Amino acid sequence: MSNDAGDRAFFEAETQRLLGRLYGVALRLTGNQADAEDLVSETTVKAWSKLGQLQDRQSFPKWVFRILTNTFISNRRGAHLECTTSLEEDGEQRFSLFEKLHQPFLLWWSNPEQELLNKLLREDIERALDDLPESFRTIVVLVDIEGYAYGEVAENLGVPIGTVRSRLSRARSLLQRSLWEQARTAGLTGGSPAKEVLHD
Amino acid sequence: MTEGEKIRCEEVIAHLLSYLDGEVDDTKRVQIDRHLEECRGCFSRAEFEKALRDKVRQAGDASPSPSLQERIKALMKQF
Repeated sequence: MSNDAGDRAFFEAETQRLLGRLYGVALRLTGNQADAEDLVSETTVKAWSKLGQLQDRQSFPKWVFRILTNTFISNRRGAHLECTTSLEEDGEQRFSLFEKLHQPFLLWWSNPEQELLNKLLREDIERALDDLPESFRTIVVLVDIEGYAYGEVAENLGVPIGTVRSRLSRARSLLQRSLWEQARTAGLTGGSPAKEVLHD
Repeated sequence: MTEGEKIRCEEVIAHLLSYLDGEVDDTKRVQIDRHLEECRGCFSRAEFEKALRDKVRQAGDASPSPSLQERIKALMKQF
């Protein structure tokens, strides 16, 4: 390797600064601690070996997250990321948490959506994300957590942009349904969860 | 359709998440901007979706596990 002591100091400081976010994104992508640790470690090795190619040090964060994402996709290619046609085309109606919270029996609350947002815990969101099929979870993580544009996701995953749009829409629908069901089970929605049918 | 034409709530809702992602064209963006200035219902919905998105985004932050920190330290020594 041709990296020098200055490179090493820069790399170590930046990696330590970003480690929590790298690990968090890896956790959401892989869904488990062991795979997330492997992914961050592999990313660190690759980033160090390619550091000489990084011209603008200011763009290190974006660059290293791209390596993490590409490493994950590369490792998972051929697994479950591309086989969701039946899930995408199952014809289920889109689920909207906002609309559920605006049902007449809930509107006596002053602001049901704000009430729910205040009560939703981080672990509720994590559980809902982890429960998504992997191909859908990946799209949500790339767009909602990492901030990728649809075109970038399409390029990274090797799918048409229309597939990104439809898969993202379906993924968000599933995510919101999961959050609604968790909220009902926990009694956070003001309804009577035990007696009501959960379907649209 | 031009930027000056008003759009209905149904159309705003159909494009709302793409709009929040910055993935609609300029004409649609301006139309939705204007609609949200005038429609309390759609504005509330947009605010809710933004707040929920923030919560999802925060799920990407985590404290690195001690075992990961050890692994990274060990890797750094090899570099």
